[in-house]
Amino acid sequence: MEKFVRHDGLVAPLDRANVDTDQIIPKQFLKSIKRTGFGPNLFDEWRYLDEGFPGQDNSARPLNKDFVLNQPVYQGASVLLTRRNFGCGSSREHAPWALMDFGFKAIIAPSFADIFYNNCFKNGLLPIVLSEDNVEALFQAVNGKEGYRITIDLEGQQVIPETGEPLPFEIDEFRKHCLLNGLDEIGLTLNEADAIRAYEKGRMEREPWVFADH
Amino acid sequence: MAGKTLYDKLWEAHLVTQREDGSALIYIDRQIIHEVTSPQAFEGLRLASRQPWRTSASVATIDHNVPTTPFKSAADIADDTSRIQVQTLQDNTREFGITEFGIGDVRQGIVHVMAPEQGAVVPGMTVVCGDSHTSTNGALACLAHGIGTSEVEHVLATQTLVAKKMNNMRVSVEGELGPGVTAKDVVLHIIGVIGTAGGTGYALEFAGSAMRSLSMEGRMTVCNMAIEAGARAGMVAVDDVTIDYVKGRPFAPKGADWDKAEAYWRTLVSDADARFDEEVNIDAADIKPQVSWGTSPEMVVPVDANLPDPAAESDEVKRSGMSRAYEYMGLTPGMPVTDIKVDRVFIGSCTNSRIEDLRAAAEVAKGRQKAGSVKQVLVVPGSGLVKQQAEKEGLDKVFVAAGFEWREPGCSMCLAMNPDRLEAGEHCASTSNRNFEGRQGNGGRTHLVSPAMAAAAAVAGHFVDIRELDQA
Repeated sequence: MEKFVRHDGLVAPLDRANVDTDQIIPKQFLKSIKRTGFGPNLFDEWRYLDEGFPGQDNSARPLNKDFVLNQPVYQGASVLLTRRNFGCGSSREHAPWALMDFGFKAIIAPSFADIFYNNCFKNGLLPIVLSEDNVEALFQAVNGKEGYRITIDLEGQQVIPETGEPLPFEIDEFRKHCLLNGLDEIGLTLNEADAIRAYEKGRMEREPWVFADH
Repeated sequence: MAGKTLYDKLWEAHLVTQREDGSALIYIDRQIIHEVTSPQAFEGLRLASRQPWRTSASVATIDHNVPTTPFKSAADIADDTSRIQVQTLQDNTREFGITEFGIGDVRQGIVHVMAPEQGAVVPGMTVVCGDSHTSTNGALACLAHGIGTSEVEHVLATQTLVAKKMNNMRVSVEGELGPGVTAKDVVLHIIGVIGTAGGTGYALEFAGSAMRSLSMEGRMTVCNMAIEAGARAGMVAVDDVTIDYVKGRPFAPKGADWDKAEAYWRTLVSDADARFDEEVNIDAADIKPQVSWGTSPEMVVPVDANLPDPAAESDEVKRSGMSRAYEYMGLTPGMPVTDIKVDRVFIGSCTNSRIEDLRAAAEVAKGRQKAGSVKQVLVVPGSGLVKQQAEKEGLDKVFVAAGFEWREPGCSMCLAMNPDRLEAGEHCASTSNRNFEGRQGNGGRTHLVSPAMAAAAAVAGHFVDIRELDQA
């Protein structure tokens, strides 16, 4: 996994609540057996005027010019600012894969759906929870100035907007540690293989049926 | 000291290590695998030269992509990308020695129908799957939740997950459910009350006399949609209904093991003095047959209501969400639910494709006819075994006589990854779980309902109150 330490980027405002994973990456694109290449179909139904299919030449498709990510001022955006319960719906990791493939490094919202939130960390994408008021203030700042940028300092756990005070955010120690160092979680867990084996031994005695072959 | 909740007990029984930073390693007893969220996980294992920790922990089947018209081999799947995923799962399970119920196997079906049906999920287990509706399995007093593909790989390689303990929430539904009110109406009502993010961060236990009165199938319907209330995991405590359901299933313990298992499983209930971080109490008498009108499962109303007015909503974010939903759905605030016409009907999905669901739909369809204005009514059983049972009972003939289509098992039009889908602008009465924009096909408009309500809409051509069907 790629490290995340500090990031400075252009902010794109997606002013919607409950953005679900079907919106982030529609189901027809889940048929890929790869982790990459989902970026051109991020928010497909909002971004394009026609219906998208896997394997299409997306550069030839008619764009919905009103959609925020199609507006010239937000080209190159790497921080997504959005509303509550972002990423609700399915467990598809294709959602963070698509956001990252598009170029996003961080997402700021008042709340995230659990599974999506968790999936982000496995891929080096940083979901940041700020209060509704702080998110609202950032929306106003971003809408008020073209090219508004934000710096994210993971070590110091703060969002530093172009204007105003730095905004602190919470993050689990373990997740922070993995992001800062770009760690492979499976490798870390396998360091505890002895503990897993010892646990299994006890369970096998208490609940042998759980371990039955079939 | 306060007693323990069911979730506390399940968590503690699976704790491998508690780390100082607050994270924990929990042991996973069962992983269910399907074709869409597993290819990248198996690829990850190969790239790192890792082997599955314990192959007997996993069981796989195909569901999301499969056509619901008969097919004999992967080569018969017309869509190239779907065929590759189905084939890839077959290759991966063979390479790594994992049991798969594949094409032509009567046990093949939707992951969350197949696993309980096989007894592959029994009380007291931790159960994961790369699918958010894994919460379904919590109906058997399991800690069951969806995970992403990186975690699918993590569980394959280590049989554990890095997790943090969730908070406890209990939703108690007390009293007797009224006529025509099903498990689906109960859970839609609950989501309407607590909201689509109300359960975020919680393990949700469904309790109360109305919950206990539900069959296992009904409890699965309720737990299935815990995720639609934001909760990764939903669960119901063990009682006689649970024990009777599990007994005799192919993977279930037998003989002396069974007695030992049953004795342990009976302890899987929240203690009387257990403390919940959040409690929600619902009177069963307040629940009516439900219909979702918008693009989030919380946008739900009783069938005898009129659609809500966004102007009356004080929360600005919610209000703008409602306005957007009205625009997408092509509906008007204040209109009666029963004026909404349906173009297609879908009876199936991991929410409502079990035998009890099909019986409820068939009871309505019997002796009636699909309305001429309805283009298609799909009935898609949850597994080959459900299909077989339904045919034994003659339900297939009832559906076909009513002008409904009787299909092969799979996820089908719940998420439209296979050829079953809505056209833009079409309204669908659907027994599935998500009414998101485009979920059942680009531009499609989904209304979530119970199987009986879906069948009633199919014969009337618009939503009808199932309690007044004969007058409609």
